[in-house]
Amino acid sequence: MPYLFNTSEQQQEMLQAIGVDSTEDLFSNIPQELRLDRPLNVPPALTEMELQAHVSKLAADNVGPGSRVCMLGGGAYDHFIPAAVDEIARRGEFYTAYTPYQAEASQGSLQTFFEFQSLICQLTGMDVSNASLYEGGTCVSEAAFMAMRVTNRHDRVVLLGSLHPEYRQVVETYLKHLNCEVVVVPCVNGSVDPADVDAAMNDQTACLVIQHPNFFGTLEEAEQLTEIAHKYGALSVVSYDPISLGILKRPGDYGADIAIAEGQSLGTPLQFGGPYLGLFSCSEKFVRRMPGRLIGQTVDRNGKRCYVLNLQAREQHIRRDKATSNICSNQGLIAIRAAVYLALLGKQGIREVAELCCQKAHYAAEQLAQIEGLQLPFPERAFFKEFVLSCSEGADYLLRKARQAGFDLGPELSRFEWTDGSGADQTGVLVAITEQRTREEIDRLVTALKA
Amino acid sequence: MRNQLATESLFALSQPGRRGAELPEADVPVKPLNELLPTAALAIEPTGLPEVTEPDIIRHFVNLSTLNMCVDTHFYPLGSCTMKYNPKRHERLASLPGIVDLHPYQNPSDLQGMLALLYETQEMLAEISGLPAVSLQPAAGAQGEFTALLTAKAYFEDRGEKRTKVLFPNSAHGTNPASAAIAGFDCVQLASSKAGLVDLEDLKANLDDQTAVFMVTNPNTLGLFEKDIKQIADMVHEVGGLVYIDGANMNAILGYTRPGDFGGDMMHYNVHKTFTGPHGAGGPGSGPIAVRDFLSDFLPGPVIKRNENAGENGDQYTLENPPKSIGRVRTFYGNIGIVVRGYCYLRTLGAKGLKAVSENAVLNANYLKAILKDVLPVPNGDLCMHEFVASASKIKAENGVTAMDIAKRLLDFGFHAPTVYFPLVVPEAIMVEPTETESKETLDAFAETIRKILQEDPEYLHQAPHSTAISRPDEVVAARHPILQCCEPQ
Repeated sequence: MPYLFNTSEQQQEMLQAIGVDSTEDLFSNIPQELRLDRPLNVPPALTEMELQAHVSKLAADNVGPGSRVCMLGGGAYDHFIPAAVDEIARRGEFYTAYTPYQAEASQGSLQTFFEFQSLICQLTGMDVSNASLYEGGTCVSEAAFMAMRVTNRHDRVVLLGSLHPEYRQVVETYLKHLNCEVVVVPCVNGSVDPADVDAAMNDQTACLVIQHPNFFGTLEEAEQLTEIAHKYGALSVVSYDPISLGILKRPGDYGADIAIAEGQSLGTPLQFGGPYLGLFSCSEKFVRRMPGRLIGQTVDRNGKRCYVLNLQAREQHIRRDKATSNICSNQGLIAIRAAVYLALLGKQGIREVAELCCQKAHYAAEQLAQIEGLQLPFPERAFFKEFVLSCSEGADYLLRKARQAGFDLGPELSRFEWTDGSGADQTGVLVAITEQRTREEIDRLVTALKA
Repeated sequence: MRNQLATESLFALSQPGRRGAELPEADVPVKPLNELLPTAALAIEPTGLPEVTEPDIIRHFVNLSTLNMCVDTHFYPLGSCTMKYNPKRHERLASLPGIVDLHPYQNPSDLQGMLALLYETQEMLAEISGLPAVSLQPAAGAQGEFTALLTAKAYFEDRGEKRTKVLFPNSAHGTNPASAAIAGFDCVQLASSKAGLVDLEDLKANLDDQTAVFMVTNPNTLGLFEKDIKQIADMVHEVGGLVYIDGANMNAILGYTRPGDFGGDMMHYNVHKTFTGPHGAGGPGSGPIAVRDFLSDFLPGPVIKRNENAGENGDQYTLENPPKSIGRVRTFYGNIGIVVRGYCYLRTLGAKGLKAVSENAVLNANYLKAILKDVLPVPNGDLCMHEFVASASKIKAENGVTAMDIAKRLLDFGFHAPTVYFPLVVPEAIMVEPTETESKETLDAFAETIRKILQEDPEYLHQAPHSTAISRPDEVVAARHPILQCCEPQ
């Protein structure tokens, strides 16, 4: 075992210092009848060389991007990751450090998270960002909890039917036992009619959750929906695509109260769905009701500028069953990735990535729609980098045909549970085009699907 | 000596026109944006992100990183957090093509290697816990607690019972009551006995037909094994309740005893503590849960199933939702990148290695406790498990030196501070967890340093640390007038 250091002589010396005869004696507080009387039944130990061969074999049993083109979307995207992101995130000083409880020993992490918060505020136009939550889906639930505390309305939240169905399921799981009604406004033709939202709202509603661009890739009337939420005294919660804010109005620009997102697009690899990054920001007046970790600037005893974990009293550390959340960890390392990514791209770069996604996605949609048997079911809806493509022969046929040509499209809408009919009768699949996709790839897909 | 510029904020380094990344020209016909998207939806001006070059960014973050203490550079005896060595092979293997680049919505037929790895992890976690059904979905330990409590709730509802109470000892992690409250339960806090264990009388007094779950960490947060755990579990089961084991301290008992064997019905693992996912300056963690067979139908889905006679597409491994599932607790399947690191660790150690981990963790903790006991007495227990909680209250009474003073001064000698002021049941608590990946030499040097510190001038200690980049930040001002970003909102 390469990770244990004490020699058997040292172990003997240590046992002597403790005053026992054997290591076994150290476990004497575990009653004999509760002991496992056999070795654990787990696979035999492997050396590093054997492990590498074994995991490489498992990796090779997956058909990865080496041989396929990824046009999969639905909340996880194949964006480019500059080398500098990995370089910083792989530094042991970051990834083997812990939560910065001792500020003097952790100024590196603290300043980085403080800058992460600043970058997210600039990206979203919001006043305050926390230092990250688990991932995009749980952010919606945390936003709903926070809205309930802020509005003191605990019985009702309204979601757009165009919200990621898995986000909706997470909210339903989280709120099921709090007697809070989750109302889903049906999504018709790829986005939600503001009049339907207005009809679903009332003065007992804690918040309205909007996804913009929505799960189908199309834009919602986010600004108008925010006004509707406010009309009923509810908070407007906007789930955004961070890359889209390179060209779209920011949630802070149109008065959103809470802005949340899945931050995977900002420099984190797909890695089969996690760990990802929950982005959570809000307006200043709600800061003390915000969940998660916050880093604040202050001065030390010599008057020097420095950073600390701030406003901890509202967290589970102190208030326990009155805590604002049960969250203990955050996604520190993924937040560092996002900070490096946003710094590298900067003002111009984020705009260019967003434009490339948008231009290429529109080119792809236009080309694909010309193929017989394929349609864009929501032709009037503006979309950003992702769109629904439907096929007269069915989604399976479309996916299979693309697969055979080396392209992964999807997910298919039919794989999700739709409580409001939004995608239930769809034969559609999502197609996501990032800046990494080339015209050559798109044209090759078009040729393959034509055949 | 580092120049000032190196740690200025990114925003202070920003100069208009600089950039750290360049993008290729569009290779498709480009249309004006306002033809593609409604003008009203478009940004009026660019975001306020800084404009800096790649070398600026590298120098900035590399310099910041050197202001951290971490396991790769320092002894980090942070009790309850389990800061042990993070094997480098994990980082390499988790980054392999075919692991790091899989999309969660790829076709399961193309994912058989990944699903095999995850299935095998489920099996190993089941065996180590003695609890047969596992869900890898929870993103962290606290989410695992919450998930298990919802699982229990669904189980009771399925039986037509509506139980309202969750009990926990007063030494519990703060997440326990917070998770119970968020899951919609009433929280009942129990006293601890003089020995620092669950007070059986108080437990008995609070158990009734409204008890849903008793949550307990074992070994507990004082680093002591709850020796009456079987009796405790029997008492809870007698009133129809379930026992939840907070797995935060599993690294003390691997291969020695199992929650399933000592009466636990549900537990979570902290993959980042027990199975060395790196802590990442605060996360990501990963908090799989393991439960008894009668709870398996309620687990959050999807879980990975193995089909002996291969499934519909001939796939051996499939993703399935348990029939009475509580639903989803997060998007996709879990913090898979961290689970992969846990898998690598388990496969490196095997049964013998896992047992050796606990043996050495417990040996190191007891040794350090023994060589410090004359200066830092431990109020509870003769033998500890993987960690111990000493008290500085005698020192404080004598010369005013606090647990925090000692913690801060340790930084000057190149040791990360232990956890202080937790658990709340010990005054001036200093919670030390050396872990199994430290040597006797390091422990001796640490003990020696504590002795040296305790002889220093109390005034000097109140001002410590003296050698770090900053010293004793003003947290009161930070909380009263929060400054939470480096620039004014746009």
